[in-house]
Amino acid sequence: MTTTTRTPKRLYLLYIPLIFMTIFYLIPLYLMLVTGFKSFEEINLQTMWNLPQTLALDNFNEAFTALTPYLWNSLRMVIPAALISSMLGSINGYVLAKWKFKGADIIFPLILFGMFIPYQSILIPLVEFMRKINLYGGIPGLMLTHIVYGIPITTLTFRNYYATIPTELVEAAKIDGAGILSVYRHILLPNSLPSFVVVLIWQFTSAWNDFLFAVALTRPDNWPVTVGLNNMAGSQIISWNVQMAGSFLAAVPTLLVYIFLGRYFLRGLMSGALKG
Amino acid sequence: MRNKKDRLISIALVAPSIIAILIFVYGFILWSVRVSLSTWKGLLPNYTWNGLTNYIELFHDPRFMIDIRNTAIFTILFVSGSLLLGLLLATLLDQGLKGEGFFRSVFLFPMAISYIVTGVVWRWLMNPAMGSRMSGLNLLFSALGLDFLANEWHTTPNWGIAFIAIPAIWQMSGYVMALYLSGLRAIPEQLREAARVDGATELQVYRRIILPMLRPVTLSAMIILGHISLKVFDLIIAVAGKQVALDVPAIYMWQTTFDGYFFGRGAAIGILLLISVAALVIPYLHYSLQSEAEV
Repeated sequence: MTTTTRTPKRLYLLYIPLIFMTIFYLIPLYLMLVTGFKSFEEINLQTMWNLPQTLALDNFNEAFTALTPYLWNSLRMVIPAALISSMLGSINGYVLAKWKFKGADIIFPLILFGMFIPYQSILIPLVEFMRKINLYGGIPGLMLTHIVYGIPITTLTFRNYYATIPTELVEAAKIDGAGILSVYRHILLPNSLPSFVVVLIWQFTSAWNDFLFAVALTRPDNWPVTVGLNNMAGSQIISWNVQMAGSFLAAVPTLLVYIFLGRYFLRGLMSGALKG
Repeated sequence: MRNKKDRLISIALVAPSIIAILIFVYGFILWSVRVSLSTWKGLLPNYTWNGLTNYIELFHDPRFMIDIRNTAIFTILFVSGSLLLGLLLATLLDQGLKGEGFFRSVFLFPMAISYIVTGVVWRWLMNPAMGSRMSGLNLLFSALGLDFLANEWHTTPNWGIAFIAIPAIWQMSGYVMALYLSGLRAIPEQLREAARVDGATELQVYRRIILPMLRPVTLSAMIILGHISLKVFDLIIAVAGKQVALDVPAIYMWQTTFDGYFFGRGAAIGILLLISVAALVIPYLHYSLQSEAEV
């Protein structure tokens, strides 16, 4: 890539800051892991940096027992939410990219703005609305919320992707008599798998990591893991070591996605470079 | 005939999403505005007209003034820190070193984690205890002979909020790095070569050619980071709970609404947050959609 005249020796010096930064990024992960694998006898704030003497699962076990219901709540809320908002995004993206109807140019930015709003500005009506339609407190209400506020980013990603599929292909199919739905089914959808992976990962991660909607809309029985973990961290009864192990457990699903599908995760970040 | 039918179907396909967005985004914003103009304080909704009183009271409220100050400090440190670190990391990784993929993955992984997890771990890293009860980073510094670095972190009087920027930078700088890295990769190598042939030093190439070409990336990153920092909430809650010293508008909004039942004031804070984010984002959206249309 680079064809500079720099000597290799100077290039090696660049590893010093890189390794230093690697340590900075990995410190929290290190702490979660070494704490998690210590036995209860070994737990002591003053020796928190030491490696475990023996591998024990005390902390993970206790954290897992405490967090299991919340982990389960997260899982059964996040998966349908990610699937549905991705489907909606794909359909919207298709129509907005290939079937521009009158007013589509106004509608797109209006949808897009939805992903930037600070949710504090809609939180009170959201809670009131969910109470009115009897979805307050439970998982379906939270799921619906994630689906709707996921629409802007999923629509954006699919629209940008479908814009790269040649319009001639669509036009040719139309001349052959294909309607809007069969063009989608036979031309766009079969080519959409990579985009679906990107969007699903993105939605999975953001819904899994959400805290504000969850704490506003669910009752303790239905808390997802972020709220469960925060509650555990705020309690005086559960000690720091179990909190550390719990943090790791709460991070595992999204970390696994990142490790195995990191390429797509990055693409999601970039395609939604508009999104924060 | 066919065309007309397709047109109808196309509208029917997007209608559910558009209606949902109209209700959940625009309808709810208007509803919030209405609440913010009411006297609603208490469990039961009360839409008695109150004019701008809630807003005026906020601007005379010492707590809200602390919030504005805290947000300003946090935003400046978080945005500039993430930009600088992201640019530095991207520049280092753009040199074609071995192991680039590994470093990139390490720098980016915090993006996959929730602010709550980050906050809980950093709460213990930034443990302010001193002396024999020392732990976390202070303990690490002391073990490395860097005692002068040990400090009270987010419990520092008046400046605690500044330390919240550290975990926030930890979480977001990798993302900025990824943005810059793709920006750097888009700069044609010939351009750098040409400048070198003209006798420019590496530093000059960097300052005169590369940095100016990265300006659009910097702008995007600033907008993204800026609007995140205006609504920061989870991270502070997880690091420190709801302390007045580390208060920001999003936490005040939460407490006054859901703990204090002062819905009128909570809505006013929400709307003020929306206005400040919109001032940042609308020109940006306009600009990026416009330049997209020009391409």
